[in-house]
Amino acid sequence: MSSRISRVFSDLRKKGELGLVTYVTAGDPNLSRSADILKTLDQAGADVLEVGVPFSDPLADGPVIQRASERALASGTTLTQTLELIKRVRAVVQAPIVVFSYANPILRIGLESFAANASEAGVDGVLVLDLPIEEAGTFRHTLVEAGIDPIFLLSPTTTDLRIRQAAELGRGFLYGISRLGVTGARSEMATGVRGMVRRIRSVTSLPIAVGFGLSHPKHLQEIGKCADAAVVGSALVELIAQQADSEDLTTVIEDFIAWLKGGKGEGMDGS
Amino acid sequence: MIKTEVRERVNPIFGQRDPDDRGYFGTFGGCFVPETLVAPVEDLAKAYFEARSDPKFKNQLGELLDRYVGRPTPIYEAKRLSQDLGGARLFLKREDLAHTGAHKINNALGQALLAARMGKGRVVAETGAGQHGVATATACALLGLKCEVYMGAEDMKRQALNVVRMRLLGATVSPVHSGSQTLKDAINEAMRDWVANVQDSYYLLGSVLGPHPYPLMVREFQSVIGAEARQQILEVSGGLPDVVVACVGGGSNALGIFDGFVKDSSVRLIGVEAGGEAISTGRHAARFAGGSVGVLQGTRSVILQDTDGNVELTHSVSAGLDYAAVGPEHAWLRELGRAEYVWVTDTEALEAFGRLARLEGIIPALESAHALAKAEAMASKMEKDEVVLVNLSGRGDKDVEIVAEEGFDDLGTGCKQGASQEESRA
Repeated sequence: MSSRISRVFSDLRKKGELGLVTYVTAGDPNLSRSADILKTLDQAGADVLEVGVPFSDPLADGPVIQRASERALASGTTLTQTLELIKRVRAVVQAPIVVFSYANPILRIGLESFAANASEAGVDGVLVLDLPIEEAGTFRHTLVEAGIDPIFLLSPTTTDLRIRQAAELGRGFLYGISRLGVTGARSEMATGVRGMVRRIRSVTSLPIAVGFGLSHPKHLQEIGKCADAAVVGSALVELIAQQADSEDLTTVIEDFIAWLKGGKGEGMDGS
Repeated sequence: MIKTEVRERVNPIFGQRDPDDRGYFGTFGGCFVPETLVAPVEDLAKAYFEARSDPKFKNQLGELLDRYVGRPTPIYEAKRLSQDLGGARLFLKREDLAHTGAHKINNALGQALLAARMGKGRVVAETGAGQHGVATATACALLGLKCEVYMGAEDMKRQALNVVRMRLLGATVSPVHSGSQTLKDAINEAMRDWVANVQDSYYLLGSVLGPHPYPLMVREFQSVIGAEARQQILEVSGGLPDVVVACVGGGSNALGIFDGFVKDSSVRLIGVEAGGEAISTGRHAARFAGGSVGVLQGTRSVILQDTDGNVELTHSVSAGLDYAAVGPEHAWLRELGRAEYVWVTDTEALEAFGRLARLEGIIPALESAHALAKAEAMASKMEKDEVVLVNLSGRGDKDVEIVAEEGFDDLGTGCKQGASQEESRA
């Protein structure tokens, strides 16, 4: 059985294209705007949509996503509402949707009921930032049973042994962290990404998306030389923060995605 | 024959009560960290297990505890306070007399030695009341390590004295403005720093919290308190205490003293949490009174959280107890029925603070005053030959401004009887 995520990556491979995975926080600035943002990202050509669940203590995130989480919590967004948001947009969005969360909100709902609700909402994959493979046994099993891809993160500090374990347990794709540290846009790409991707590639045929710190078409071109997809989060979240009240928000997002994908457009290069 | 008192060195207890291989005490603990920290945390566990079985390391630490910290700290019988209460004999384990003024130095030195042994030149730490930050800055000054301490902006205001102390000791103190700007947020920020600098930096966590091996390691470094206290109380009172009382923020001073008595089933172990303005107001930090099982900052334990799994804001007059989670081993001891957990309010702690100052000439930390308040309430209802041992975890210089602001600095002769929530015992 091939998942929506696997199909997207296999199409990308056939076309020889680099995939674009986008991250936004659900409920930032509010849930109805989030629905518009997700639809816009899908239409503008994002290949996978990551939807972040706001959490009170996002210790793996830099300031930009921390603030987004705070705004989303202030607007009253919960994990349950995040799943409802996904359910609402699922019918009109082509791209697979991956829930990006910390462990506690999921454990609070309970694994079983989370998996059931996520499956019903049309969630394709789930990635939990603070649930390494050693703690993820039941979690992985429950998701796979519910037809959802468990996605694991790999870092420059991950040992070869654990890469192999993650590759065996993961579905859909593996998420390679480009650098040490928290999430957040950087002007320069981390060195050593290719080495890490090569280490992952040598043990698995699962597609590899690389993220953390990517914000510019030149980063994507670099990533395109080794990985299957690039993840852009903080740069997009920052844009949403700046344009939250603007009527042009969706247009700005479309332009940003076009710029990232093709290097076209203007005004994004000021960083 | 003249009896001469020889101060014998008592060492921390290592390797007696380990969690399972994955760092679980029962169902509590574990290692819930971002992927980048998995390997560094494994390296840390390996380095720690090697160090604790290396006589050279233990000797180095023992020597520092002896000559630099001034251990063993005494046990002191608070006779005037006991008399005033009219009940059991009250003994204080004087961790306030340890160098830097609190038990925190026991752990800070142990981990700083480990950091140096691992070849890390930089240490990051969080601090709430500032006592752990001061202890860490001290250990780093002693061992020539760079030190950066994260502290909630709110805590920097209410514990300003300790901010100055850390800076004098050569540490950089970085304010944290996110969330409630207290201990929890300082831990988030210290972990963010660590995840970006794992190669050259050591995270020196100050309590029995966080991912494995921290809860074990911090308890073992603090176990020197209980090991000493058990010998001392046998000497001075001729038997084991009936009750041992300690305050519980993360819970390191409590586990430190409990460790000496956990196998003595006749000894009741009482942990005292911060009841703030009382549980019913929602403004408190009593995890066992209002919390539920969850995962926060690397460990599975009991936390104060809402129905959506977001961590709730806490309140306590004491910065060191103002934290939403509790050490996993405490959750386990409670589940086993081996330790009991209660809470006292800000007001009760402030009253106990004043009583100890006036009757014994000792100004305790507001954290320790929570343990005192509970111990006094219990002692007043016990027999005269019974013994209550309190861990006086720190001294209260840092708190005098808060106490004055709260209007508890001039109570005249008002030595009111303690009135803790006996019924709140879980």
